[in-house]
Amino acid sequence: MVPPELRYTKDHEWVRVDGDEATVGITEYAASQLGDIVFVELPDTGKSLAQFATFGVVESVKAVSDLFAPVSGEIVATNDALTASPELVNGEPYGDGWMIRVRLANPVETDGLLDAAAYDELIKEG
Amino acid sequence: MTDQAEATTHETPLHDRHVAVGARLIEFGGWLMPVQYSGILDEHRAVRERAGLFDLSHMGELFVEGPEAGKGLAAALVSNPPALAVGRAHYSMICAEDGGIIDDLIVYRLAEERFLVVANASNAHIVSDALVERLHGFKAVLDDRSLAMALCAVQGPRSVDIVGPLTDVDLSALRYYAIAEGHVAGIQALVARTGYTGEDGFEIFVENARAKELWDALIDAGKPHGLAPVGLGARDTLRLEAGMPLYGNDLDRTTNPFEAGLGRVVKLDKPDAFVGRAALEKVARDGPARKLVGLTMEGRGIARHGHPVFNGERATGTVTSGTHSPSLGRPIAMAYVAPPDAESGTILDVEIREQRVPARVVDLPFYKRPA
Repeated sequence: MVPPELRYTKDHEWVRVDGDEATVGITEYAASQLGDIVFVELPDTGKSLAQFATFGVVESVKAVSDLFAPVSGEIVATNDALTASPELVNGEPYGDGWMIRVRLANPVETDGLLDAAAYDELIKEG
Repeated sequence: MTDQAEATTHETPLHDRHVAVGARLIEFGGWLMPVQYSGILDEHRAVRERAGLFDLSHMGELFVEGPEAGKGLAAALVSNPPALAVGRAHYSMICAEDGGIIDDLIVYRLAEERFLVVANASNAHIVSDALVERLHGFKAVLDDRSLAMALCAVQGPRSVDIVGPLTDVDLSALRYYAIAEGHVAGIQALVARTGYTGEDGFEIFVENARAKELWDALIDAGKPHGLAPVGLGARDTLRLEAGMPLYGNDLDRTTNPFEAGLGRVVKLDKPDAFVGRAALEKVARDGPARKLVGLTMEGRGIARHGHPVFNGERATGTVTSGTHSPSLGRPIAMAYVAPPDAESGTILDVEIREQRVPARVVDLPFYKRPA
């Protein structure tokens, strides 16, 4: 069962809302499917994202995968630790493996995302 | 019948073993193969530090036998198999008339009149057909045993400690690129000191029916030494670090041995006419049109197959293989570039998703095992 307090996209990103900001990462399922993650490419702070637009790239040894923004907003922080330690995404996908923090442009967007139960269903069928 | 055989995805005799430990399987060259067990980085490190066990049963085993087996192979391949002493092996290639590479191979001499040619899984049937055609007129017979034979490789510094006690082959007398017939775990086997990792190790050929027995015996013998099963994912990172080309990536029908930096494999001084001689003599005379080089990334980004390479504003070539190197801790790649840009130390740019990322030309291999 994935963390119940988060919301999820069909592309396996998660979002944790915290007032008018949100933290974004990829799920354990996604990290496991990718394998050992060796490179994460994130945008600069200050950049504006549209919901479901690509915001970066995550690479495992064998695969390159786009990252899709679960919410729109301005990037206020990126996880610099992932430069030296991309493996944090595998080890702590919902914690220290977080990727970006966004100031929400449109908080109601998260209502349209999958809740934990719906995401669990999705990956069960996967 | 042929169409059906080529459309089928084969399972190796060790399939159940991989499934039982939860390996991730992929289709590769017509075979269902383990790409990883515990994880690519973990498996890569196991081979560099201790030892890894590989199921390579998908490879092609082509036996050539007869009074003119050597001569026939000298006419079919770019190398000179008659020059091999019994029990020795060499790296070779089979080329087309235009000098393009059909496959890279290892040729083992088992006896005066008996050779084993090991081909890549995806090319085994192509090589088999080509050899049958090229051996025509020579007193030699091809016996394609690819589907009848299994191959397990043990690679890593602990290989001798693991395989030694299981075999009647004297490993201390088995040099690199040598082969011997004997027994491993009581099973009749060919034991070759060859590999695709840059580490010491052994490739062990047995009949399919004994494959599981061999695998189990090696796993058991390997336990005190930290032997781990290793999949194709780590096989690729290991061979790239060792500077070894991969057919389909770095070598293909449009490349010739000289471009790939493997001109030494082409024995133009052998007396035999061989397929591709004229074309290859011309390349040897004129120099290759491009050169395969090693690149280490100097900026942030992983060069991958297909990424364009630039010298300043000038396009100079393309990346053929690239990955994160666990042993070097940075991305490495191989690329074809224009010969003037192939000098070691040259700084080039790899275009990764529209960004130009600097890379340095380096001599291969990227990794050399400690003496």
